[in-house]
Amino acid sequence: MTETTTSSALPEKLAGATPEVIARPIRGLSDKAIAWFFIGPTILLLLAINIFPLIWTIWLSFTNYRANRPNAEVKMVGLDWYHRILGDGDVWLAMQTTAHFVVWTIIIETVLGFGLAWLIDKKFRGHGLWTTVILIPMMLSPAVVGNFWTFLYQPQSGLFNYVVGFLTGIDPSSFQMLGSVRLSPWAIVIVDAWMWTPYVMLICLAGLRSIPDYIYEAAEVDRASPWRQFWSITLPMALPFIMLAVLFRGIENFKMFDMVNLLTGGGPGSTTEVVSITLKRQAFESWRTGYSSALAIILFVTVFGLANIYVKALNRVKQR
Amino acid sequence: MSGLSQAHSVVAPSTATRRIAGAIVIVYALVTLIPLLWIIATSFKTPPDSIAYPPKIVFTPSLEGYVNLFTTRTRQSPEMLAQLPPPTTWYDKLVRSRNMVIAGPSNVIPRFVNSIIIAFGSTFLAVFLGTLAAYGFSRFRVPLKDDLLFFILSTRMMPPIAVAIPIYLMYREIGLTDTKLGMILLYTAVNVSLAVWLLKGFIDEIPREYEEAAMIDGYTRLQAFRKAVLPQAATGIAATAIFCLIFAWNEYAFAVLLTSGNAQTMPPFIPFIIGEGGQDWPAVAAATTLFVIPILVFTILLRKHLLRGITFGAVRK
Repeated sequence: MTETTTSSALPEKLAGATPEVIARPIRGLSDKAIAWFFIGPTILLLLAINIFPLIWTIWLSFTNYRANRPNAEVKMVGLDWYHRILGDGDVWLAMQTTAHFVVWTIIIETVLGFGLAWLIDKKFRGHGLWTTVILIPMMLSPAVVGNFWTFLYQPQSGLFNYVVGFLTGIDPSSFQMLGSVRLSPWAIVIVDAWMWTPYVMLICLAGLRSIPDYIYEAAEVDRASPWRQFWSITLPMALPFIMLAVLFRGIENFKMFDMVNLLTGGGPGSTTEVVSITLKRQAFESWRTGYSSALAIILFVTVFGLANIYVKALNRVKQR
Repeated sequence: MSGLSQAHSVVAPSTATRRIAGAIVIVYALVTLIPLLWIIATSFKTPPDSIAYPPKIVFTPSLEGYVNLFTTRTRQSPEMLAQLPPPTTWYDKLVRSRNMVIAGPSNVIPRFVNSIIIAFGSTFLAVFLGTLAAYGFSRFRVPLKDDLLFFILSTRMMPPIAVAIPIYLMYREIGLTDTKLGMILLYTAVNVSLAVWLLKGFIDEIPREYEEAAMIDGYTRLQAFRKAVLPQAATGIAATAIFCLIFAWNEYAFAVLLTSGNAQTMPPFIPFIIGEGGQDWPAVAAATTLFVIPILVFTILLRKHLLRGITFGAVRK
């Protein structure tokens, strides 16, 4: 009985949901089968290369396992590593170094990037070509960039030191961008700003271009000053895009590794040791696998939280 | 200016504003190009010229950097050199003038080949998987669609060093450490998330009517996908492929931690090009120049899709 009622109700329900499927005879695979057949391989690959290792990392973070001693007995240590990390002065120092790096790069890149976008939006002759030229640094390999900036930062022969010396009159061999405790945190900020200002600029430009002309026309009719127009129209309407750029740069720079590793390797001492460098030193130099797995999980959770906010911001921009 | 034309272009900036804006932007563009141009120039300098003080803007071009990049050389005593037959090629002559002889080819060509194989292999796989998944997400009702899409994107945001710890152990277990296959699989996993998001955007833009018309004409869903959707998505697929290629080409963190020789790519190799007494800067610059040229070409090809690529397809313009 029940079977007949469901079978008579089902086609109607389906027809309401996907009329075009029911309207004609089904040939080949059903849509549902195709959907899983199409999406399945990607999900499987990500499970194998991302999720399985992630679960493994969680397990490792509760053990005293060391990757350089695979045959030693593995003991469970519970939350010991997490406890230790949260009380570890070096980790907090690395977090502070990372925060300095993230905050300053974001400030510089946003101000410069937005400023450039605002100028490009004036649509001078050849703005398309120059926009492409400006974008070149962000397409390069961060590792290669880090490497060639060490050359520009050479104390005696480096071009950066020479230009600074030429402009300010300071002796170019009297300061070391990468060797000095005071300057090296800024050396990495400068390179990151050089490389990623174009990124912020490109997204801000999209934001500025999304503002319809008629709003400015209306403001003009109301005799709003250019200053007032900027603060009441341009900035608020471009803000979702600026936020998007800031969030993405924040996530990327929070986990920054390549460029800093090649510029300073975390040095001198640990003045530029951002948290990814700490992680690499613990995991692949000290081989404290359990400890570094716990640190990795802490980073995962942080980035995951930030990514969540980022996707919400993406969806907000998408509706425009 | 007449009142009428002014009313028309009430929001257009004046010519003077445009010129000033243009001048500032061009100055910025030129200044930020200097580091890259300096590296390209350095690749044509001799080692002494490359570290001269003050830095040499005008110099006699030399191919020594490129010769040093592609060869390994040994220093010989003058007596030893006098006994050798005279140099036959221009690069022999160049090396001989530094009291050295060429001992053999360097590792740069195998590393370059590795970069090409790994970048193209992972790009092909990522775009193949990504196109299928993007079509699936774009056209079908998938349970938990938004969560799955977020999961896919979040895998790309993970810190590479954190991912590298278990991957290192896993690859050691199954023998994929320092293999091209291992690197291709890893880069595919990282790139597939970008590919799905980007391609979903491109496929969403193709009207469903094309497939529906094809299916009414007797095509199956798969045939309709192949004959009606894929050709329409060709530009998007090409743009996505270039983004994946650039990522795999530039990647450093996984490469430096998981490869040592056999599968090593260019980014971890370039910083370790050393001559006598430290880094051989003209050779490093030569490697950098050769490594960067494909990126410059791709940037120009991609310029219209860059915005989409860096925002995972969300901002289209």
